[in-house]
Parts: sequence; structure tokens; C-alpha cells
Amino acid sequence: MRKASKTAVSNLITYGIVVVAYIVCQVLIENGQMTRALKGQLVPICVYVVMAVSLNLTVGISGELSLGHAGFMSVGAFAGTIASAWLLAAFQLENEVIRLILAMVVGGAAAGVAGVLIGIPVLRLRGDYLAIVTLAFGEIIRNVLNCLYISLDGARLHLGFLNPNLPGELMVNGPIGVTGIDKISTFAMGFALILFTLFVVLNLVNSRAGRAIMATRDNRIAAESVGIQVTKYKMMAFVVSAALAGMAGALYGLNFSTVTASKFKFDTSILVLVFVVLGGIGNIRGSVIAATVLTILPEVLRAFSDYRMLVYAIVLILVMLLTNSPILSNLVNRFYPRLHRRAREKGGEAA
Amino acid sequence: MISLLSYLCNGISLGSVYAIIALGYTMVYGIAKMLNFAHGDVIMIGAYVTFCAIQYLGLPPMVSVLLAMVACTLLGVIIERLAYKPLRQASSLAVLITAIGMSYLLQNVALLLWGSNPKSFPSVVNLGSLSFFDGQLLISGETIVTVVMNIIIMVGLTLFTGKTKMGKAMRVVAEDKGAAELMGINVNLTISITFAIGSALAAVAGVLLCSAYPTLMPTTGSMPGIKAFTAAVFGGIGSIPGAMLGGILLGVIEILGKAYISTELGDAIVFAVLIVVLLVRPTGLLGKPVREKV
Repeated sequence: MRKASKTAVSNLITYGIVVVAYIVCQVLIENGQMTRALKGQLVPICVYVVMAVSLNLTVGISGELSLGHAGFMSVGAFAGTIASAWLLAAFQLENEVIRLILAMVVGGAAAGVAGVLIGIPVLRLRGDYLAIVTLAFGEIIRNVLNCLYISLDGARLHLGFLNPNLPGELMVNGPIGVTGIDKISTFAMGFALILFTLFVVLNLVNSRAGRAIMATRDNRIAAESVGIQVTKYKMMAFVVSAALAGMAGALYGLNFSTVTASKFKFDTSILVLVFVVLGGIGNIRGSVIAATVLTILPEVLRAFSDYRMLVYAIVLILVMLLTNSPILSNLVNRFYPRLHRRAREKGGEAA
Repeated sequence: MISLLSYLCNGISLGSVYAIIALGYTMVYGIAKMLNFAHGDVIMIGAYVTFCAIQYLGLPPMVSVLLAMVACTLLGVIIERLAYKPLRQASSLAVLITAIGMSYLLQNVALLLWGSNPKSFPSVVNLGSLSFFDGQLLISGETIVTVVMNIIIMVGLTLFTGKTKMGKAMRVVAEDKGAAELMGINVNLTISITFAIGSALAAVAGVLLCSAYPTLMPTTGSMPGIKAFTAAVFGGIGSIPGAMLGGILLGVIEILGKAYISTELGDAIVFAVLIVVLLVRPTGLLGKPVREKV
């Protein structure tokens, strides 16, 4: 029998962790051992896991710091919730699972289109400029969504910009956001979305395209000189990441009865970035674990929730200093030689 | 016509605040080649220190502002030493994430110290407003002080970087760190001084910003900070007159956009300017083009 490759085993472990976690959660729910608060967090956990994995594709694999990831999520949330309501009104599509899947596809597609439109200008820039422009786009998306009015008149959608006087029932009401959403998101679908995201991202990373993306990240000029189309591969990573964030957004939007654009502020982008950094930049499994743990922790430790962002900020700085500063990593090396060696191997693999 | 003039005045006033903040960004970016995300939050801390000094200690406004400048200078130098200096050789991604972490740290410390309720900032300017055209056009004392301060700071900094030894050292470090070190310039000290000047200016900017828009919250500094970075890029990063030009233009664009296009889209317009500038002229209005070396 052929021995499975190292990456295949590693990927299987990642899928395995997610499946086991899902089964454990289901068993806990069946036995009634899960608190209501935690049950309410199940879908958001799935959403944040997908967000973290997709952001890791941009930050870790493609090496571009995107600070507007929540913007794509909001595009997906708005598109998904509208699609769900429209499908119900126009086609009497009562089946919630199919409606949710279609809504996520629409959300993903909308965010993907936004990703292409934003990617064209953004990916021409580098480093800090790229980061600040993604931030700018995130804010622009939020501003534009705050001015958007959409109404549902029978089976017809009416769109208004800065103009709330539309026929029919207003669904998207400017700064008030989307109201009257049919809450159809389920934990099972969230689990399915995580598996789908992992499947897409892990396969992309271990493909020819993925290696091209990482080569571009490591040395743009060298990659270009061996014939890699830098823009194409950067774009690929950026758009896939945006589309996955859009799908997560649709799932998130359909989990609540109202969604406003202000839910997807810069803070949300940073929160997801914290998951990625803490899980390990470029490490997909780490993102899954970090997103799960950091979403559950504040729920479990109520007293901690006031200091949540403070602790995250400190964690962000410390992780960066410990992994990047020569003095501190030497210090770590002196006390924990094994830890350092492992980190170095991992760094060599990912960075 | 009169309303246009008054919008222009407001725009220049806001733009002057942006310009002072942008000077801090542009100097640090020019020398340390890093985007100091926490700069906007140093502004907020400066404003809070002034607020506390006036409100709780009962100090006169001028002394309070000086106190805030000292506090921010110390804060800026400490941040640089603890968080940024160990990462001098690290990738820009790592430095940027650290700076974002620092920005959140400052915001959350302020949240714990002063709470999330907005404080009403007392104006430190006790200058009457000028009125033109039979009182149809009012220029407030804050506007005059802001613009005058802006000009003083700009001229002062230009002279400092052009004439003094430390200023020249700064320009050399910005050009080539290695060569500067070989010439006997203390690079670390120069970078620290840059952070100190930038942070002291941030305190001034914080006071001026809060005098004009008197709500003070832990998040007060973040948006003006990002917009001021936009202004620095607009004018050409690393250039002192560029920061002033970019700041004032951006302030005018923002106020006019809010007045004539849409209030809700004000921020979107500012950021659209940033994107257009970066695509059309990435070096900004007064910046020098940089050639990439392999």
C-alpha cells in the first residue's frame, strides 16, 4: 500500500478535528448538557472559523494583510438575506436547507464579485499601502450599505440608493439594516460550510496554483522571473477568500432577525485577524482551533468579557514579538529549545 | 456663496488638524518605514490627559496642553522601544500587526481608565470668533488657532529637518539606515526622537481636534488617524509640505463632500480619494518616486 503523504495526513487530522468537534457538540445537545448561551454561539463559531480560514488564505498563504475582511462578510450577509427572502416570495421555496444553500451561494458570489472589483486596484499595491486600502474598502462598503434601500414588492425587488421611497415592503432600510429575516441558519449547515471551506482552501494550498501563490508571497520578483503570473494568482487567493467570507456572512445574517452594516466594523476584521495570528499565520488548522476557542472563551468566562479586546491586543503584540524579534526568540530558545525548533520548522514550512 | 466660504473655512480647519496628525505619520513612515497604526490613539490619549488636567487638576489650558505633550512624548517613545524596536528586521506584516495590536491596546486601556461614555471636551481656545459680511460668515477662534498652529509647526519642522544636526540625521536615516550608522549616526536615538516629535504633535492635534469637535471617547482618535494617514499618502509620504497640503485638501474634500453630496458618504468619499491617489500617483502629490531594486 502506498504511504499517504505528510500533507494528506495533516489535512486528514484537520478534517478529523472538525468532525469530532461536531459529533461531540451534537451528543452534548442530545443529552441536554449544553447551556443555552453556548448553543446560541454554535452558528457564530462556524462563521468565525470560516472567516478565519478564509482570511488566513489572504494573510498567510498569499502574504497580503487584508483589513477589510468584514466588508466581504457584510456583502455576503446582505446578499444572502435578500436572496433568501426573495426566493421565498418569488418561488415559494419553503425548503429551508435548499434556501440556505442558495442564499450562501448568492452571498458568496456577491462577495466574490466585490472581491474582483476591489482586487483589481488593491493588488497593484504592496505591503502597508495594500493593508490601508483594504481597510478603506471595508469602510466604503459599510458606508454604502448604510445608504442602501431595498424593498420587496410581491416577487420584485426594488433598489434605492439614499432613497427610501420604494414600492412594497422595505427589507433593507439604510442604517437600520436588513429587518424581518427568516432565521434559517443551522449548526449542521455551519459544519457543512466549514468542511467545504477547508476542502477548498486545503486543496488550493496543495495545488499548483497554491504553490504559485506561496512563491509569489516569498519573492515576488523571483516568482515573476520563473514565469508565474503574479497578478492572476494573487487575485485567485483574494477572490476565493472574499467569496468564502461572503458565504460565512450569509450564514451569519440568516442566524439573526436583523442585520446592520455596523455589525461588520473594522473591529470585526481585527477580531478575525487575531484568530489568524494566534492560530499561526499560514496554519489552517490553527485558525480553526483559535477561532473556536476564542469565540467560546468569553462566553464561558463572563468576567473576562470586559477585558476581551484588551487581552486580544496584548496577545497580538506578544505573539508578534515572540515570533519575530531576534532577542526574544533567542530567549525562548534558551529555556524551551524544543518549542523553538518546532516553531522554526513550522515557520520554514509556512513563512 | 457665503455657505461655500464657510464650508471652506471648516474644511481648512479640519484639514489643518489632519495635517498635524499626518506630520506624525509621515515622519515615522519616512524614517522607520512603518505605518504606526497607534498614532491615532496617541491623539486620543493626549486629549484625555488634557481633559483630566483641566477638569480634575484645575490647571490652566496652556499648562494642560504642555502636560499632554510630555505624556504623549513619553508614551510614543515607550511604545517604540517596547513594541517596534525589537521588530526592526521583521517583515512589514509583523510590524503592521503589532501596530494594530498597540492601537487596540491603547483604546482598551482608555476604555478601562475613562469609561465608554463620551466626555464633553472644554475648548482650550478662549478667542472670540471673527465675523465677515455682517455676521453671515463666522470664523471661530478654534479655526484660527488651528490654522496658525499648523503653519507654525510646519515651518518649525521644515527648519528643524533642514538646519539642525538631529534633523539632518533624520533625513539621512530615512535615506539609508546602514550608511547612516557607518557615518556615526545613532540610528536608534534618531528613530526615538522622531517618535517623540510625532507623538508630541499628536497631543497638540488631539487638543485641537477635540476643541473643534468636543466629544471625547476611546475611539475618537482612530478615524481621524486613518484619515490623516490618507492625507499623508495624498501629499506624498515622507514629505513635510506634502503632509500639510494633503491634510488641508482632504479636510476640504471631506467637508464639501458631506455638504454637497451626502452626509452618510463623507468617510467613503475620503477613502475613495485615497484609492484614486494610490492608483494614479502612488507617490502622492509631492512625493519622490522610488525605484525598486532586486
